Formats: sequence, C-alpha cells, structure tokens
Amino acid sequence: MALLEVDDLSVTFSRRGQRTVRAVDGVSFSVDAGEVVGLVGESGCGKSVTSLAIMGLLPKQPGLAVGGKAVFDGTDLLQLDDRSRRDIRGRDVAMIFQDPLSSLNPVIPIGLQVTEVLARHRGMKGAAAEKEAAALLDRVGIPDPKRRLKEYPHQLSGGMRQRALIAMAVACKPRLLIADEPTTALDVTIQAQILELLKELVRDSGTALVMITHDLGVVAGMCDTINVLYAGRVVETARRRPLFREPRHPYTVGLLGSVPRLDAGRGERLNPIPGSVRDVLPWPDGCAFAPRCSRRVDECVGEPPQLVLTYDGRGYRCVNPAPVPGTEPGQEVRDTVPTQAAPGSVPAQAEPNDPPTVPGLGPAPSEEETA
Amino acid sequence: MTITSGKKKQKIDRLAELAARDDERGVSLWQEAFRRLRRNPAAIVGAVILALFVVVAVVGPFLVPYSPTDTIGIRDGLIKPGVIPGIDGDHWLGLDHQGRDEFSRLVVGARQTLLVGVVSTLIGLAVGALIGGVAGAAAGLGGRWGRWIDSTLMRFIDMMLAMPSLLLAVSIAALLGASLTTVMIAVGVVSVPVFARLLRGSMISQANSDYVLAATSLGVRKPKIALTHVVPNSLAPVIVQATLTLATAIIEAAALSFLGLGNPDTSVPEWGVMLADAQQYLDIRPGLAVYPALGIIITALGFTLLGEAMREALDPKLRK
Amino acid sequence: MSDDDILVEVRDLKVHFPIKRGVIFDRTVGHVKAVDGVDLRIPRGKTYGLVGESGCGKSTLGRALLQLTPPTDGQVVFDGVELTTLPAGKLRTMRRRMQMIFQDPMSSLDPRQNVESILTEGLQTHGIGKDRDDRRRIIGETLDAVGLPRWALSRYPHEFSGGQRQRIGIARALVLGPELIVADEPVSALDVSIQAQVVNLLDELQDSLGLTYLVIAHDLAVVRHISDMVGVMYLGALVEEAPSDRLYTEPLHPYTRALMSAVPVPDPDVEDRRERILLAGDLPSPANPPSGCRFHTRCPWAQPTRCADERPVLREIGASRVACHWAEQIASGELRPHKVSAEVVRPEGEGETPGVVSAPSEPGSYV
Repeated sequence: MALLEVDDLSVTFSRRGQRTVRAVDGVSFSVDAGEVVGLVGESGCGKSVTSLAIMGLLPKQPGLAVGGKAVFDGTDLLQLDDRSRRDIRGRDVAMIFQDPLSSLNPVIPIGLQVTEVLARHRGMKGAAAEKEAAALLDRVGIPDPKRRLKEYPHQLSGGMRQRALIAMAVACKPRLLIADEPTTALDVTIQAQILELLKELVRDSGTALVMITHDLGVVAGMCDTINVLYAGRVVETARRRPLFREPRHPYTVGLLGSVPRLDAGRGERLNPIPGSVRDVLPWPDGCAFAPRCSRRVDECVGEPPQLVLTYDGRGYRCVNPAPVPGTEPGQEVRDTVPTQAAPGSVPAQAEPNDPPTVPGLGPAPSEEETA
Repeated sequence: MTITSGKKKQKIDRLAELAARDDERGVSLWQEAFRRLRRNPAAIVGAVILALFVVVAVVGPFLVPYSPTDTIGIRDGLIKPGVIPGIDGDHWLGLDHQGRDEFSRLVVGARQTLLVGVVSTLIGLAVGALIGGVAGAAAGLGGRWGRWIDSTLMRFIDMMLAMPSLLLAVSIAALLGASLTTVMIAVGVVSVPVFARLLRGSMISQANSDYVLAATSLGVRKPKIALTHVVPNSLAPVIVQATLTLATAIIEAAALSFLGLGNPDTSVPEWGVMLADAQQYLDIRPGLAVYPALGIIITALGFTLLGEAMREALDPKLRK
Repeated sequence: MSDDDILVEVRDLKVHFPIKRGVIFDRTVGHVKAVDGVDLRIPRGKTYGLVGESGCGKSTLGRALLQLTPPTDGQVVFDGVELTTLPAGKLRTMRRRMQMIFQDPMSSLDPRQNVESILTEGLQTHGIGKDRDDRRRIIGETLDAVGLPRWALSRYPHEFSGGQRQRIGIARALVLGPELIVADEPVSALDVSIQAQVVNLLDELQDSLGLTYLVIAHDLAVVRHISDMVGVMYLGALVEEAPSDRLYTEPLHPYTRALMSAVPVPDPDVEDRRERILLAGDLPSPANPPSGCRFHTRCPWAQPTRCADERPVLREIGASRVACHWAEQIASGELRPHKVSAEVVRPEGEGETPGVVSAPSEPGSYV
C-alpha cells in the first residue's frame, strides 16, 4: 500500500446560473515513501486544486463538491473532520506554496512562526523550541539562523522566505510534502538552490514529495514518477525516463516539443500545440485534448478515452498514442489527418523520425566542464 | 465509422472553434459589468428600492390624498394636548403633531430627500473630481510643477478630511445660513475629499500601468493619454463611490434638518425635519419617528446595496 | 558583430533612480543603480537577447533604450540618431520605428479599448493610412501576420486567451511598421504550449519583415533559442556578451556558468549528469552594489586580488566579451572554484564533483 493513494478525486464548483466547473475530474495517482511524484500541466489543468483538495484547503463555499478518495496511511483525508485534519496537516502532511511572502504572516517574526508549528505538533516550548527552530533554519540553508529568527518575512529575500517556509513544512518531519510550484516565483539560480534542498530533504529523511509544477525541466531533474494533467484528468503517467524518452500521449509530446531547450541550436523552430487551453472538449464528449491534437482520429470524439495501462506501469488516456520508436513500425492512422495545425507544427507522424523534437533521443551535450 | 466520421469531424471542428463566434460583437467592460450586476440579487433588490423611491419622489406629490401642509387635524379639532390620532381609514399613517396627513408628508418629503441627495452628491463629485483629476494629471505628468500642484491640492484635501464630516457640514450650514442650497452645498462639500483622493489615487495607479507605457511608446502625447486611457479607466471606483455617497448624503441632509439647519421653509416636508419634530411626541405617537426613519434607512440601504454590487461587478480582480 | 549594419548602439548607458525619504521635503538619500554603464550594439535584422535575474536592470535597460525611462547618462544611437538629446516632438516621430512588446499581455492592453481601437491608436498618432478604409486594410494585414482572426477587431482584451492577447500586443507594435522591437519578457506570462507559439511567431515575423529584436527575458533557454547574440546582465551591467551558441558551449564568466548550470532541461539524462554551480546567497542590493567586480561576493572563483577592488571591464576573448579578470584562467582550468564552506552536508556517492558549491555562505549579501 502506497503512502498516499489518490483515487478518482474530483472537485466541482457549481454556481447557480453558471456552468458547473469540473476542476478535477477523476484524478488517481499514488505516492510511496521516499518517492517524488510530479503533477505537471498548464494553467487550469487542475494540478493545484488537486493538492488543495487533498490537504482540505479548498475555501469552503456553496457549490463546492469533492469526490473520490485520498487515502494517506490508511485514513481517507477527504473524510476527516476539520480537527483531525488539522492534526494531520503540518505533522504528517505539509505543504509548500508558490508565493512565500503571502504564505507567511507578515506581522510575526519568522522564529515565532516556526516555533508555533513546533508547539502545536510536537509540544515543544520556550528555549527548546527556539533551539530547534534555529536548527531547522540552519538545515534549510539559512545562514545566521539565530538572527533570522527575530526577523520578519519582508526582511528576507524571496529565496530565503521559501527556505523559511520549507523549514516550517519539515518542522515535524512530515511523511508527505506537497510542493505547489515552489520555485516559480524565484530566479533560476535561487530555484536551483531550492530544488537541491528539496532533493536533499527527500533523500535524507525519506519524505515523499508531490511536486506540482508547469516546468518540465524541474520535473525531469526531480521526479521518479510523473503525471501529466490536462483539463482535470491525468492524461499520461509514467516513470521519468520513459516519459521524456517516449512520450505516448500527444499532449505530452506537444509539451515537450514546445519547450525551448538550452542545448538546442539557434533557429530550430519549436513545435507548439495549436490553440489554447480554452479549446477543450468536455470529457464526457470525448478527449478534452482532441480540439488541439495533431493525432486526432474519429474515436477521439464520442466517449472519453480510457486509461491504457502498459506492461511497464505507464498509462495514457489516448486512443491513438504516439508510437514508440521501433516497437510499432508503420502503425498508420492516417485517414483522418490533422486539421488546423498551426504554422510551424509538424504532423505527429513525423516526430519519431525527427530526433530534435523528442528530447532524449538527440545526443545530449554534457554540461560545460566547470572544474 | 466511415459514415459517422463526417459528422464527428463537424462536431469536433465546431467545438474546436468554441471561441470563434465571429458573428458576435465584443462585450465591453461596462456591458460585462452590467451583465454581472443583473445576476447579483443584492443589485436587483437595491435597484428595485431605488426605482420605487424615484417613482414616489417624482410622481408621488401629484397623487397624495391630502396637501402635506394642510393642518386637517387642527381644523377638525382632532389634535388635543396629549392626543394625536393614529391610523384610520382616511389617514393611512395617521396625522402628525400639527394635524397634517403623515402619509402625504412622507411621500412629498421623498422628493426633497432625493433632490438634496442627488444635487449634493453631484456637487461633491464635480468639485472632488476636478481637484482629484487635476492633482492626478499633475502627478502623472510629473516635473517639478506637477509635483508641486499635486501636493498643494492634496494637503488642502487632507485638511478637509481631517475634520469630522458632520461637524464640517454643520459649520458650513451655520456659516451660510439655513437654506435648501446651504444644505446641498454643505453635504456636497463633505464628500469632496473622498472623490478627490479616490480619483487621484486611481489615476496615478493607472498612469503607472503597462498600457499607458505602451501608449507612450506608440508616441501618443501625454495629455491625450490622460484623457483617453487614464481618466476612463479611473472612473469605475468613482462611480461606485458616488452611489455609496448618495446614501450618506441623504442621511447627512436628514441630520442637518434634524439639527435645525435644514430648509427653513417649513411648508416643504422633509424626512429629517419630520424626525426632529417627532421626537417630542415619542411617548404619544412613536410611529411619527419610525416612518421617516424607515424611509431614510431603506433608501440609504438601496443605494448601498447597488453601490456595493457595482463595486463587485466592476472589480477587475473578480473578473474571470 | 563588428562592421555590420548597426541599428542600435548603446554607449555607457546609466539609469539611476533616486531613493527619496522624508515626509514633507523629499530628500535624496541614495541611488538605485538599475543600469550602470552598459555598452551594446544590435545589428540590423538580428536578435539581441538580454538575460539576467530579477533586479539586474534588464527591463530598465530596455525602457531606457526606448527613452521610456529617461537615462541618467550615456547615449542611445538609433540608426545614426542620438535619442537621449532628441526634442520630445522628434522623439515621438521616431517612436514609429521602435516598438515594445510587454510581459503581461493583460495589463499592457487598455481594458476599455477594443482591438480595432488599440491598433488604430498608433496609426492615427503617426498619421499612417489615408483614411479609415486604408487603416482598416493595414490593420487587417497585421492581424493576418500575427495569426488573429478578423472578428477579433470588435472584441475586447478580456475576451481573449493569454496567447491571443500577446498576439494583440505584438500586432499593436507591428502595425506601425517598426524596425526595432524591444520585447520585455514576451512569453514568461504564458503557458508552455503558448510560449512556443509566440516564440515561433516572433521568429517568423523577423524572417518576413526583417525586424531587429532586443529580447529581454529571465529564461535563458528562450533567449538562447531566439537570439543571435546574448548579453548576460548582473546588477546593472553586462558581465558577458557572446553569440548565442558560443555562450552555451563556452561560457566564460562565472555568473554565466552558474546561470547556465541552473536552468532545468526537460531531459532526465542531462539533468542527472548536470553539475550545478550553486551560487551563494542572493543578489546584493543595486542601491549599494559590492565594490570591484559586482559578482565577487557570490563568485565561486573569486580571487583575493583584484576581484574585490577593481571593477572589470568588458574585454574581448574570441568572439565573446566578458567582464572578468580571470576569465582565461577559469576557462583553462587553472583556477578552480573554492569550496565555499558547505552548511548543508551532502551524502557521499551522489555523483557530486568537487566543482559544486552547495550552500550559501554569505550572511552579508541579503537585501
């Protein structure tokens, strides 16, 4: 049994007079102890709502309905009452948010905010708590921790704030950490520091980490398993290497083709996905990605595609997945060839023969020698 | 499959072009705000109250059963010391202490109340927007003179703001002598600083926005940018504030009348005066105080509901 | 890029913002040196990419180049015309030839203008187009060029998706027929799949219209993708400038190396092999920049001599220009990065090499 088992999670917002929004529409994934699981997708794919629903942090409002299960170590987090959920939150499951400034209380010193967590969940008080807080700040790489304890959030830089937030999150040695775009607001050199820190925490303490991000590069370096979300559903789930080497779902293929790579040459055109996230088909009517998909066939419309599981534990929700190079030669699905492809995009069939568009196939130049 | 494929493709193409309803015209922000206003129950309640109020104020005086100044009670000998007749078939809300028909007075008083509220708010809006607009434009254009004009105007506004509003209104009313115009001016002046600060602040924040920079980089002249971009985008909060100010203006005008600084022409009934008169007879006929008070409260509520709903509808943060 | 046809030349450009204190009387208590002496040249028809982290002054440089923020000192020569001393009227006329694309497509479009009005404004300002029909024709062609449908004309910005809004912003710049476009973070507010569309669009427009770009971005991968020449900024100054490919294969400045090693690449193999050069601490305050080389407080290669007291100038090494006293020695491996005392202890056997500095050690460098 995995540490966290999310099963068919759905979140709907319905308001009178407006269309019901299915922000999360049957998401399932699992996280083992010490594992890093990525939830990847663009804005509006439901990745953040998923994490908030698991944590029970969705703002209570009429019309909000959360369905499915999120079993953490035997208890369904979604069924807990507020009190026991608060107990679990912070102690067993902790969360890191995108914007460290708004997640920290601006009028309370950092130290007090850390000791508060220690007092609540570990019953520590006074000097002991302060000592532990300083040790925590030190652990997350905040220099001169004793002095920082007395400072207010605005006196710290963005990177230091995020470290402080991580210190609070790991204060009680949680078994599961959910990081929602933890580095999006940070500069890239600071991002590198924070990612390195998160990796260390996972490695040293065996904490499971759910990494929510839009950045495929971050995922490539961190996650063991990756779930790609689109319009509220997991469209592809795979281990890290297979996903980047042989993406099956056309959306994953498209995402990878959209990212300019540092190690690609000048002048190579990107292969964007046409249209925008707004052009979705409601899932019950077929594949939500179909309107933008370059591998669209007739079967895409009518009913939602089932999750296809393959031998190596990967899965994709697609009736006409991108072929794995070598294994399915000449699989022709050509009678309904793509439509409205934007200028610059190539037909999907071309992709397996076109190394630069499938990252991982091309000779990846190594980093410049630094020493 | 081959038979249905055409249909399916059609369907999917239609769905793919969900956004491409090219026959429709665009929806401007005001239209969008109005749509959302229409869906907000608070806005509808507020609008209904105000519509009723305006109808009563405009046509009411022509339909009332009695003249509001006719002292029927005294003529008919119904008013005796310690006795004021209550509700009966002829007089729906009874008579007041001078034997005048309370219902008629209430209806005719609505017009006065509306007039004072609207005119004083317009005075406040006009003067405040002028000061705020000049200050905002001066600050936006910058330069030494711009900053000087801006800070001079704003210090003046700060001084006005430092005085309690009712005290300011009372002083002005006392200074100018009691009259209807005085009430309007006094209540209007009180709201000047609010409008001035609001418009200036809004203009300065708009002046720092990217689209103003974009217009500058297009080569548009600064005065034209101020008029075509900055001012129109700064107006939304001012309009909301005007609606909310109508509510306070009505209350303040009533307060001035209550203090005896209202319209000295007693032939025109006014809710504040009616309230003031009624306090001597609270033990005999408390209703005389309740009716005008309710009128003031409900009207102010109507304006507030509508104003708050407008604020919500125009708030860019709540827009999807 | 020596004797090409240079469209824009920036010489020793400085933008200092006064820091004011005081309630009634403003007192200038110091200056934020957002841009502090930048030289660069952009050849006609090429793309110059400017990268750097937030607060390095890259956006201010872009705006100062277009005279949207008045420079404190220095010159900007656009096609032979010195812009900093140009009278306001003449400058406005020049604006037709140099346009800007903004980061946030929503906030850079007036929410109360429909697309037609947005696109007409510039045309009217410069008197382009004989009459309404002529202007409509120009606008129509521009819409086609940026890939927006004609029905967009009557729509308002809030009715579009982020990518489409950015296309409107590009159309607004393009409709005047400019030669130079300064794009300030043109894709960073967009979703990944949309970013690629906009990047490709910029590429195509350059090919078909011969535009010159100054692309400002924090995303090294994006900049490298679309630029011919890349300049790396740190604390208000260029630290390195090199042709795009060369910057990647042979970064010379320690900061460039650190930046390069920090950019995540969507490829597990590259990620696993990567050696991160983690910089110590955060960016120092531009109001009080470090003496000497501004990077020396965080530099893993900082030397006891020169770095702290002598400000390096950009010097040419091969096709690059780099502002580092020790660039050759670092490149040859003669100088090795210090191991800045690691506060976070790393476990053994994680494939880390001695070149990796893993923890902040500069308590003095926080803003």
